[in-house]
Amino acid sequence: MSVTEDLTTGSEKDEAQRESRNKLLYAGGGLVAFLVALAVLSHLPGTVGQISASMLRVAIQPQTAALVIAVIGLNIHFGYTGLLNMGQAGFMMLGAYGFSIAIWKGQPMVVGVLAGFAAAFVFALLLGIPTLKLRGDYLAIVTISAAEILRYTGRLAKLEDFTGAAQGIPGSQYRGPFSNLSFLGDGQWTFPGTKLTYYLTGTDDWWTRLVAWGLVALCSYLVFLLARSPWGRLLRGIREDEDAIRSLGKNVFAVKMQALVIGGLFGALGGIIFILPASMQPDAMGRNLTFFAWTALLLGGAATVFGPVLGSILFFSVRIFLQGVTNAVVPNSVMNTQQTEQFAWICIGVMLMLIVIFRPQGLVGDKRELRFNV
Amino acid sequence: MSEVATRDYADPAFRAQLVSGVDRTPGAGKPDPILVVDSVVRHFGGMTAVDVDHLEVQRGIITALIGPNGAGKTTFFNLVTGFDRPSQGAHWSFDGKTLDKTSASAVAQAGMVRTFQLTKALNRMTVMDNMMLGATEQSGENLLKSIFKPLWHGQEREIEERAKDLLDRFKLLPKKDDYAGSLSGGQRKLLEMARALMTSPKMIMLDEPMAGVNPALTQSLLGHIQSLRDEGTTVLFVEHDMHMVRHISDWVVVMAEGRVIAEGPADSVMSDQGVIDAYLGAHHDMDLGDDSLLEDDAVKDMAAEVAQEDAEGNA
Repeated sequence: MSVTEDLTTGSEKDEAQRESRNKLLYAGGGLVAFLVALAVLSHLPGTVGQISASMLRVAIQPQTAALVIAVIGLNIHFGYTGLLNMGQAGFMMLGAYGFSIAIWKGQPMVVGVLAGFAAAFVFALLLGIPTLKLRGDYLAIVTISAAEILRYTGRLAKLEDFTGAAQGIPGSQYRGPFSNLSFLGDGQWTFPGTKLTYYLTGTDDWWTRLVAWGLVALCSYLVFLLARSPWGRLLRGIREDEDAIRSLGKNVFAVKMQALVIGGLFGALGGIIFILPASMQPDAMGRNLTFFAWTALLLGGAATVFGPVLGSILFFSVRIFLQGVTNAVVPNSVMNTQQTEQFAWICIGVMLMLIVIFRPQGLVGDKRELRFNV
Repeated sequence: MSEVATRDYADPAFRAQLVSGVDRTPGAGKPDPILVVDSVVRHFGGMTAVDVDHLEVQRGIITALIGPNGAGKTTFFNLVTGFDRPSQGAHWSFDGKTLDKTSASAVAQAGMVRTFQLTKALNRMTVMDNMMLGATEQSGENLLKSIFKPLWHGQEREIEERAKDLLDRFKLLPKKDDYAGSLSGGQRKLLEMARALMTSPKMIMLDEPMAGVNPALTQSLLGHIQSLRDEGTTVLFVEHDMHMVRHISDWVVVMAEGRVIAEGPADSVMSDQGVIDAYLGAHHDMDLGDDSLLEDDAVKDMAAEVAQEDAEGNA
């Protein structure tokens, strides 16, 4: 009796593992197929080719990778621990400021990166100490306000010598040391079979893309390691019921703080990458960016390792798709180019609502995790 | 105390002897108390929910905490386990350690683990994950070690074996890969108790373990609680079911309006006039643990009597 029971439960477990592995393969394969299809379609003449080409460009741009990393951090906050962080853009901005200001002021790049991380670390501690003992909503309120306070502080004209005020810091002031690390050489390069042509090393180059997506892979792997560990289990337990975990003798506050800090550090790293191909502008990292990150997270699937990658890439490319198609189909007299852009954003908002209502687990999330009302 | 070496809590005679020397008065001192509570007071606005002067819980036996609704039993539980803070400077110690202002997690680490009246199974995690969370001192729960699997894999295996043993004992092993949310209410109670046992507690505090559990499962729950005691775990539980209280408890503490009003073995406490008054209002002279009380006729009789008294009171 017990032997057969063991056998069935054992095979069920295997099945569950196989199922999740299959799901990951489907999602990964789907993403690759999507990119390949875009690459192929981009060779078509006319509008279809143009839209596909720009979708592909957006899908692999460094800013997308930067958002992926920020979303990975948000996933640790919300997906695994249940922390409502509404200020991920604030963490990104601190990372970006730390990096750009330090290098602008003549420090080596290592100091810049460490300064960005340190700023995000302190920010997480400051936000966490008063709010993590309270109910989740308070963290949401505090993070969104704190991120805005940071942005307005960065814009202050009096700080122009330090933060560059509203104009920000031009990329040329801090990109040098990063570009100097490049081993790709000079000149332009086209990805075989695609229309993707960029400088190997330059302003918006292959080197940044290589590093950015390499870091995405590294961060995803790190989250995979964390999520499967007993620490990850502890996070999910806290997400489900803090008091239950407390009653088992775990220091819930410390673990939540660790999660907040780790997620914030991912945010800071995302911020650093975000400004590498562009310039450091505080307004580029406002509330919008936080909500982009949330949309990408929910689209891909919270509490999954691959969800942030899939969600962010789709988030950017679907918007380009909507905008391109609207541009092509709707005559200019009805909607001009500026309006189609706004229309695309509206569609993104509607999409977010539809996801939350009809597919709350996102594209690759586990539906069973959401089946029970807590 | 020469017989200390041969403690056999499974032996009813031994337990009877343990409690025999204890005064049957509220706040009585006991030999070898595991939990000692002094002046625990909790106000909610103007209302005093709990006001316990002194209470000792004896090691190794099953102590029941009973009282009518609103007596402050659960609040008292929350205070002692660190889930709520006393309004004034209170003192309590557990197993020789002072716990006056300790957090809930530190109380649990000291070896006093509780369950909840409204079961807190972690619904969107598997039964096995629920159990694994109970284990203490897991090196894999350290953030820095967690990313290196070899550092915690061995321990994880050991914990898993222990969890399987416990699940087997609670008849939950076939469910180990199911989500806890798919279990029945009674099974969740079992799971919560099993999870609490994963911490290897010295004392387990059960908040209404029988609430919402069907009679068949009640029997097995009783068996589990008794076997815990037989293994030397001290049990303190809150319960409304007088049958259960009478059946398994060695000592009963009665609370009413936030105070401890009586203590003693089940039989003597349930015939205590003060306790009966607290439960049923004055004038009642029935034994609360009397089986016949649970029969419909008796309930009707009581209801009729109460109605009559009310009528008299109004007139």
